Amino acid sequence: MMALSLRAAEVSVFAAVSLTESLKEIAATYEKSSGDKIVLNLGASSLLARQIEEGAPADVFISADEAKMDALEKKGLIAIETRKSLLSNSLVIVVAADSALKINSPEALATARVKRIALADPKAVPAGIYAQEFLKKRKLWASVEGKVVPTADVRAALAAVESGNIEAGIVYKTDAAISQKVKVACEIPASEGPRISYPVAEVTNSRNAEAARKFMGCLSSTNAAQVFEKYGFVVLK
Amino acid sequence: MVWFTVWVSILSTLLILPFGLAVSWLLARRQWPGKSIVETLVSMPLFMPPVATGLILLKLLGRRGTVGGFLHDHFDLDIAFTWRGVLAALCVMSFPLFVRSARMAFEEINPRLEQIARTLGAGNFRVFCTITLPLASRGIVGGMLLAFARALGEFGATIIVAGNIPGQTSTLSLAIFQSVQIGRDARAFRLLGISVLLAFAAVWGSEWFLRKKTRT
Repeated sequence: MMALSLRAAEVSVFAAVSLTESLKEIAATYEKSSGDKIVLNLGASSLLARQIEEGAPADVFISADEAKMDALEKKGLIAIETRKSLLSNSLVIVVAADSALKINSPEALATARVKRIALADPKAVPAGIYAQEFLKKRKLWASVEGKVVPTADVRAALAAVESGNIEAGIVYKTDAAISQKVKVACEIPASEGPRISYPVAEVTNSRNAEAARKFMGCLSSTNAAQVFEKYGFVVLK
Repeated sequence: MVWFTVWVSILSTLLILPFGLAVSWLLARRQWPGKSIVETLVSMPLFMPPVATGLILLKLLGRRGTVGGFLHDHFDLDIAFTWRGVLAALCVMSFPLFVRSARMAFEEINPRLEQIARTLGAGNFRVFCTITLPLASRGIVGGMLLAFARALGEFGATIIVAGNIPGQTSTLSLAIFQSVQIGRDARAFRLLGISVLLAFAAVWGSEWFLRKKTRT
């Protein structure tokens, strides 16, 4: 005899803010089919990891880089056997949609035409760390470091460029895609850019381990893959 | 960054002085239709969420804003995301605190003393400088110290208007926030200690000035 659980489980998902639209869509579909409730906490992966370290009640964590997940793994805060690299992404240089600024290559960031560049805080946030890694590889970091305006997360960097207050920014290709107020000035192809990887894992001491695993299973499904690809993410096999 | 926080707070306190004294004096001494609206508007930054005030400032002072756009297009001058943005945020957020103290100081002066001075032939401005200001000085200095303390601790409006740019707009409170975010707890607590010391000194000094009132 199977005991039916009448109370729907609530799964708390802490996820990188660049996943906002895709996760909301996936969660909405999942809630209808499973009856569980998905509560999303979206923000900079660094901040979310910090919250989990301080004991925030998360069930699933999706980070925009492996380093944050590694840090949690070292502290035994995630269930290692559930960890999986889910998605990849690429970077783009954006300017305001009505901007006349021409940035044909990353090298243009070092010229005097670009006074300030919005990046998610390169000291902590994955998007900024990836951008810094790329700029260092291209030997541009030394000349652009003084122009960097660090923001709390990648969407704040996007917003800074959208508002016209900062003339250029480096965000994920997927972020530029959902905004009407910026345009891509220059794409950084995945082959030249940093290796971007979004790992997902179940948080240990999750109050709803079973529901969490079910949702994680959904994230790996073909339906979810279609949604992620629709928004421009690369689904890792 | 600590020195930047201190000097920009001092600068903002000095900057709000002229307009602050004028507004406080008008609120203390004059009546006019719509005075309560002015009173409320002046107090708003005290009770609105600081980030909301910051957002209003950003819309006004950003490159696409009414004031900011004009300055950017005609003078190539940026306010948002520069130290000038920090200054603007501190001025707006500390203004109501100064006005409250200064207004009370003006209200406590017996108007008869000003009238007597006028009967002796002194013009309004001279009365203000030689009678009103000196008598209100303790309350005014106390208000300035309060405004300074408020400016030192300002965060919400500042981060919206000026961001947290190391070496350019990073204040003590913004640095504490960033240290917490990136997990540098030791640094966060060190900066916390400094901010507590500064705030304690400023508020203690302010209380001292506001407490000892000369009886008129």
